[in-house]
Amino acid sequence: MNLKVNPIACTGHGVCAELLPELVTLDEWGYPVIDPGPVPPALDRDARRTVAACPALALRLARIYR
Amino acid sequence: MNNAFWYASRATGIVALLLLTAVLVLGILVNRQGRLPGLPRFAVTDLHRSLSLLSVAFIAVHIVTAVLDTYVHIPLLSAVIPFASGYERLWLGLGAIALDLMAAMIVTSLLRGRLNRVVWKAVHLLAYASWPLTFAHSLGSSKDLQQGWLLFLAIGCAAAVAAAAAFRLAHAARQVPRAGRVSAILSQQTSKQAVSR
Amino acid sequence: MTTALNDTANHDDTANHDAAPGGAARQVAAGLPRLLPQAPEDLQAHLSRYGTVPYRRRGAAGARADARGAAGALIKDIAASGLTGRGGAAFPVHRKLTAVAQAKGTRKVVVANGAESEPASRKDELLLRIAPHLVLDGLQLAAEAVGATEAHLYLHAAPGPQILRALTERASRRLDLLPVSITQAPPRFLAGQETALISRLGGGPALPAFQPPRVSERGLGGAPTLVQNVETLAHLALIARYGPRWFRAVGTEEEPGSMLTTIYRPDHRTEIHEVPVGVPVNALLPADAQAWLVGGYHGVWLPLPEASNLTLDHASLREFGASPGAGVLAALPADRCGLAEAARVTGYLAAESAAQCGPCLNGLPRIAAALAELAAGKHRRQTRADLERWSGLVTGRGACHHPDGTVRFVRSALQVFAPEIDRHARGHCSARNRDPFLPVPDRRPTTEQDWI
Repeated sequence: MNLKVNPIACTGHGVCAELLPELVTLDEWGYPVIDPGPVPPALDRDARRTVAACPALALRLARIYR
Repeated sequence: MNNAFWYASRATGIVALLLLTAVLVLGILVNRQGRLPGLPRFAVTDLHRSLSLLSVAFIAVHIVTAVLDTYVHIPLLSAVIPFASGYERLWLGLGAIALDLMAAMIVTSLLRGRLNRVVWKAVHLLAYASWPLTFAHSLGSSKDLQQGWLLFLAIGCAAAVAAAAAFRLAHAARQVPRAGRVSAILSQQTSKQAVSR
Repeated sequence: MTTALNDTANHDDTANHDAAPGGAARQVAAGLPRLLPQAPEDLQAHLSRYGTVPYRRRGAAGARADARGAAGALIKDIAASGLTGRGGAAFPVHRKLTAVAQAKGTRKVVVANGAESEPASRKDELLLRIAPHLVLDGLQLAAEAVGATEAHLYLHAAPGPQILRALTERASRRLDLLPVSITQAPPRFLAGQETALISRLGGGPALPAFQPPRVSERGLGGAPTLVQNVETLAHLALIARYGPRWFRAVGTEEEPGSMLTTIYRPDHRTEIHEVPVGVPVNALLPADAQAWLVGGYHGVWLPLPEASNLTLDHASLREFGASPGAGVLAALPADRCGLAEAARVTGYLAAESAAQCGPCLNGLPRIAAALAELAAGKHRRQTRADLERWSGLVTGRGACHHPDGTVRFVRSALQVFAPEIDRHARGHCSARNRDPFLPVPDRRPTTEQDWI
């Protein structure tokens, strides 16, 4: 599973960067820069909590099929 | 025994009003990306959520004790069906409407991940209808709140909500509409360059 | 005044058209032109030249033909032909057709995308003016192939008399399977983007959406939707008549067929040429120009003489990070300032951001302002570093590819015009002519209404 942000929904709350700093940092305008790779299994629960915590409902966990 | 139920209902009602006031103010704080001093951002969202669930608990006790109390007859269903109570039909009815709206908000929020964002937001905006109804219910049905320091408390809650709502509206009025945002940033940039020269 | 280009060793001649109304062209060799007639064709001329619309299902001798099988035959031909989209993305057409044909649903939609939102491209406008019936044939044939129930034409401007007359003529002859609804696109750079198009057709503003389900599964009104550029549909209409082998007779093995190009040359009016894919770019643009721009405003600046032997196909242009795009080719005259041109275009691209995504909204105006600083020779030492940082920050972080395309354009300009940047920093500019060369619209979008 990969963590993806909907850039239209995202308004730069920054909660995701606090809850999942291993995968999310904020750019100079407050918008999330997300690690494009798959979420490591150890962070799976944290990732789900982060998705649920986004006030703008802008995050989701998606399977990327290649 | 009876009196205990009655007092419990009144007390939990007051606490619920306080909690719901805090929930609404916190909700506006979340929306405005505000912070509570010394706390991380996720604390604001978590607190908003936790207090809303806590207020549900208090409302549940508030209703059950009111129903169990035998001094006046309040059917359980009148908690969700407006104006179904013989006692204080109007004020309890408003409370029932407020509760129905709150139930919609809570259910949609629990199912947030599965819902369309726009739908969730629309239901959540019902908060602005639910709180005034809650307030009217509280003041109208409780002699406690109509005098003394509890009246001040109630007015204080109303003032807090009014201030938060005004703050929210002011931001909405000030906000640059989408179509004008790029030129706002562009002119910001060119004036910055002018200054640095 | 138009001229034919000289024959080169192994490529067909091209015939070309003056983009101004009433221009005429000389047909020079077999194979081309395919799409562009010598003069605007009405229905009668079109039918005399091409015959009627070669639907697969109609006229199946006697018994009820297997409808899906018959329509599937066109898709097979399109697959064999190797036709790719001519709107810029070059997506294999048969894959889109198949996706929509196989999608579940009773309602299906086909859209001819004539928005031509790239300001420097004029080919779709010309095609719709002088050969509308090829486009409309293609639209109906595609509709039949996917089982569409609804057909739309999305246009850059209000429909001209030619297109309206074409539709009326077809209606009176009962040529069309489906009536065609016309919707006008707003004059926005993003208006032709697939999801923005869907939004506009649905009555909303022409704003891109984020990774909704693919439009081939859920598009307009939730129905599987086929969106194809008008030139692509014109090619489709010819392949349906003459077959895949005919289509592959020009072009390259991997990228067959012909394509329309809009050419900007110094001291020439804007021209539209139909060329074989893979034609040497130096047959179309002078190699002694200051630089070439290939692929429009999301395309790439190419240095000369290093790029002078490139051919107009993905395989060749890839070496310089470029692609044919929608066929916009420009040769910057030696007497202009490339930086100033790039800055002007970038200012336009920034203003055309949908402003829906934080990175694009914040990054593009800053990038444009920085490039303007470089062009004005007023830049601080930090400007280059800022530009590079912002370029990295916006890439891949929008709902659509507007920031990525803009960055591609800007980065190539910084590379190709690097010597000019240094000159500007020292207070000089090598340009002797300050007239703008590339066409950039003046009007910037300011209100919500500008997106409808």
